[in-house]
Amino acid sequence: MAYTERVVEHYERPRNVGSFAAEEGNVGTGVVGAPECGDVMKLQLKINPQTEVIEDAKFKTFGCGSAIASSSYVTELVKGKTVAEAGAIKNTEIVTELALPPVKIHCSVLAEDAIKAAVADWRDRAEGAGAPKKDAA
Amino acid sequence: MERDPIYMDNQATTPVDPRVIEAMVPFLGEIYGNAASRNHAFGWAAEEAVDRGRSQIANLVGARPKEIIFTSGATESDNLAIKGVAEFYADKGNHIITAVTEHKAVLDTCQALERANLAEVTYLPVDQYGRVDVDDVKKAIRDETILISLMYANNEIGTLHPIRAIGALAKERGILFHCDATQGVGKIPVNVDEDGIDLMSMSAHKMYGPKGCGALYVRSRGPRVRLRAQMHGGGHERGMRSGTLNVAGIVGFGKACELCGQELEAEAGRLMSLRQRLYTGLTENLEEVYLNGHPTERIPGNLNLSFSYVEGESFLMGLNREIALSSGSACTSATLEPSYVLKALGVGEELAHTSIRFGLGRFNTEEDVDYVVRRVSEVVVRLREMSPLYEMAKEGIDLKSVQWKT
Repeated sequence: MAYTERVVEHYERPRNVGSFAAEEGNVGTGVVGAPECGDVMKLQLKINPQTEVIEDAKFKTFGCGSAIASSSYVTELVKGKTVAEAGAIKNTEIVTELALPPVKIHCSVLAEDAIKAAVADWRDRAEGAGAPKKDAA
Repeated sequence: MERDPIYMDNQATTPVDPRVIEAMVPFLGEIYGNAASRNHAFGWAAEEAVDRGRSQIANLVGARPKEIIFTSGATESDNLAIKGVAEFYADKGNHIITAVTEHKAVLDTCQALERANLAEVTYLPVDQYGRVDVDDVKKAIRDETILISLMYANNEIGTLHPIRAIGALAKERGILFHCDATQGVGKIPVNVDEDGIDLMSMSAHKMYGPKGCGALYVRSRGPRVRLRAQMHGGGHERGMRSGTLNVAGIVGFGKACELCGQELEAEAGRLMSLRQRLYTGLTENLEEVYLNGHPTERIPGNLNLSFSYVEGESFLMGLNREIALSSGSACTSATLEPSYVLKALGVGEELAHTSIRFGLGRFNTEEDVDYVVRRVSEVVVRLREMSPLYEMAKEGIDLKSVQWKT
């Protein structure tokens, strides 16, 4: 199977690989997928609690080239967006940007799920820490 | 990139040996007769070449030349053997025994017979190394059993079945034994008489011959095996497979067999030492690398490894401009399912997704192996740094205890 140029480019130069330090605050972590399915994505968002703007993002992915590219692209896409805007990102945006073939669409769905999971985790933590409750994105 | 890409996928196909090409060339040009034309010199020249090829192939496996039936390849040979026996011996019985790790050409053929109500099939399990237990074969035999079909060597993991014991059992019980020996012939000693094989599939392109040319060995005595033809027409190949013979292909196939026979012992030793070099290099550089298949009972050129925490397709993507390897088998890599062969061995799906097949062959060198060790190690280290599973494992999290959100 040949890969699209955009996928290869993200695979070879993935953006924002890594993890935030465990003690760092205002971080939401989403882990989606399963090893037996061949895809696990971990997406972390660092979110400003006042403005709800995503100030930084990091990922680690176990999966095919398209899964790696999808998560790499998502870290670029969400930076600077508010939590609500990021939550509205649809997988089709990722499919279009990376020109994913039909068999790889699940990678984009997983990346969309990762954003939602990371945001939900951030909200849970913020509420746990006694922050004012916000409407879910 | 400074060097040519390294081809290390020799269980998918092999490059055609230049000596084979040289033998074939005249038959793509000036010698163009139809081997079935009995009335002129053009036909005689082609027939002579076919006879020679047939003998070369028969010699390699201890068969008689007339027992070699030419086909388009091992898939066709498997189809002809299994369907041909099931149809011809229908009044004797309808039960076939095979194993879950067989090639799709065998499994899919068996399933087609089941769908058509032409056979009942037992799919035997295999052990952790991919071998069937001869006792399991024995227990599966019924009064209606007409055929046992088991491969010589597995295409993904290289594991060898206990062929000789199965052949002896089949003989003792009066059951025909078909062996898909596509990955075995030319790599390890195969002898249809000593191994007790009645029907055997072979393919030229797995042994440095051309694609599109294969054969089915069909035993002519002790017992004389009969088949219902699957390709009807002019009655070529003793009526078992009609169609004008692929003379150039057969010439190449014959030459390929001759070369494999001459070089088999030395080449097997050389490949085993290359494989050991590859395995040692990779396991010295990397932790958590697991061998799939049998440690010793395997064809010399096959090494199948799981690299924990690194998904196979992304692994290959990191190397595919420099090194040709395979994740699972080439026949199934269009799907996203992990290998059914590894599953049958009890390899967890998470590890099956990380498996890579290294297929060493005649044209690989020590230098190739050293390059592959270096580049594979680099890619695995890079992808593990990017793998959340590796990070979790390093933090001491038991990945099996995690509730995954799928």
